[in-house]
Amino acid sequence: MELLLAILIGLLYAAGLYMMLRRSLVKLIIGLILLGNGANLLIFLLGRITKGLPPIIPEESSVFTSAYADPVPQALILTAIVISFGLQSFAIILVKRAYKVVKTDDLDQMNSTDR
Amino acid sequence: MMAQIVFYPIIVQLLLAISLLFSWKWIKWQKIISNVGSVLSLGIAIWLFSTTWTEGTLTVQAGNWQAPFGISFVSDTFAATLVLLTAISGMAVSFFSVGTIMPARLKFGFLPIFHFLLLGLNGAFLTGDIFNLYVWFEIILISSFVLITLGGEKTQIEGAIKYFTLNIFASVIFLTAIAVLYGLTGSLNMADLALKVPEIQNRALVEVTAILFLIGFGIKSALFPLYFWLPASYHTPPPAVSAIFGGLLTKVGVYALIRVFTLIFVGDAFLENIILVLAFLTLFSGALGALTQNNFSKVFSYLIICHIGYMILGLGLYTEIAITGVVFYLIHDIIAKTNLFMIGGLIYRITGTYSMRDSGGLYAKYPLISLLIIIPFFSLVGVPPLSGFWAKLTLISESFKAGNYWLIAAIIFATFITLFVIARIWSEVFWKESKPLPKLQNFRYFEKLKLQKKILIVGPIVFLTLISLYIGFGAEYIQRLATRVANELMDNQQYIQAVLGFNTTN
Repeated sequence: MELLLAILIGLLYAAGLYMMLRRSLVKLIIGLILLGNGANLLIFLLGRITKGLPPIIPEESSVFTSAYADPVPQALILTAIVISFGLQSFAIILVKRAYKVVKTDDLDQMNSTDR
Repeated sequence: MMAQIVFYPIIVQLLLAISLLFSWKWIKWQKIISNVGSVLSLGIAIWLFSTTWTEGTLTVQAGNWQAPFGISFVSDTFAATLVLLTAISGMAVSFFSVGTIMPARLKFGFLPIFHFLLLGLNGAFLTGDIFNLYVWFEIILISSFVLITLGGEKTQIEGAIKYFTLNIFASVIFLTAIAVLYGLTGSLNMADLALKVPEIQNRALVEVTAILFLIGFGIKSALFPLYFWLPASYHTPPPAVSAIFGGLLTKVGVYALIRVFTLIFVGDAFLENIILVLAFLTLFSGALGALTQNNFSKVFSYLIICHIGYMILGLGLYTEIAITGVVFYLIHDIIAKTNLFMIGGLIYRITGTYSMRDSGGLYAKYPLISLLIIIPFFSLVGVPPLSGFWAKLTLISESFKAGNYWLIAAIIFATFITLFVIARIWSEVFWKESKPLPKLQNFRYFEKLKLQKKILIVGPIVFLTLISLYIGFGAEYIQRLATRVANELMDNQQYIQAVLGFNTTN
């Protein structure tokens, strides 16, 4: 499971970077979304994956007696997902606006501010 | 309880932003609320600063969760100083924006978003939790996206796309770094991390994580190979927005770098060498970039990059005196850069153009304003005894002690280029014969404005210039502050004890 997830995360990062390096604005956004998902999965993976062991301390004990599923990474991912949703919706509006104003979706032609 | 005051700078900005949202349609009220609120938040920042100064590091655990588990908010001298500087520049920009921003932009919520930005800044400085820092960074980011696109002109949109892409990319890398760090230590609290990271056996992985942090924060603070978004976007929004961006946004990156590399990743020669090389290249490339530009707003953007180099250089040297220089420079730079972009806005108001070639004759028309402007210019160059001088002196002497003559060469080169660029702006914009003013639609020149507006534009510049003068002439006091901050940063036991020890006594 860990290996599979690691490969998937690598693929997501690679695909995200590749899409960001394309010239189209839409692909840029898809790239950002893929990258964000890769990062979220990475938090999930590095927070140790344990199946069927909720983080509940038994009544007779005051510390965890066995390995448990850490709830913190899931809370972090939830926060990160919400934030990235906000940013993505902003990005989509921005791209639509950019297409209207600059009249192109080719990033190479958006160079008037670089000169 | 006294320590609750750590929350106040955050809460005040939040309440301000919300009350501004409620007065969405009444622009006049928005202006009043924003200005009064900025003065109020300056008062609270001074209060927080003086309390931190007298009582030492203040910590609050949000929701009363024990320190390594909950979110800590920490106000040590460094954080309190930066909150104070945020409040000072925030107040200046609030008044300046009321004087300069077009009514159409105010109608689309410029002021509430501006206060959300300040909320994010205060939060980022005061938080003691690395994931919480990420969340504050996102609040800063999304507000800055709105500010940079508000108005929707072609250049703004183009600049925004570059700004947006690279900053989100930086956030993803930052998040990746947090993930790896959490995987390594199982903790997010910065004080707790400071205890756990040195004990990790796998140093190579720690170094990789540190490099990830360096890249993430480096993009935000515009370090050498990562700065290309900045000159492409910082000159596109209105001057009030550039002022707060140039003064504070890049400095959040620098703050995060200093915090992370003095608290969590300490004493790694490999990382320090990388930081030194980056600082050297940043100083050079920023200075060379500033030389080639004709648009003075773009020149200022390159000067931001160039001067980030000084701060990173001191971080790379990593001695107590070098960090003192960094903190002094940071204090000077926030005020000077905010002022610089507001001056750019004032010059644009007077001449109607950002091009150095097309403007001229400012000194003949407004001798008093020109004399006012020359003071921040000189303090930016570091003409003694103005504010930039003392920090550079410290950094040069520390590089000399470290025997690193390349760094001295870079510092002197960057200072020299800054002087050259400022002299060029002075001779082109101020001394050259004046040209006929271009006719612009919907644009009111400075001379046609009402007296009240003129005061709103010039007043903040005078205010920041006075503070700049104070930093220069009262260098003794600022030096004492910087020394104390550097002492706290170098001896991170104080910070750890303040955050984690709080619970054992409670």
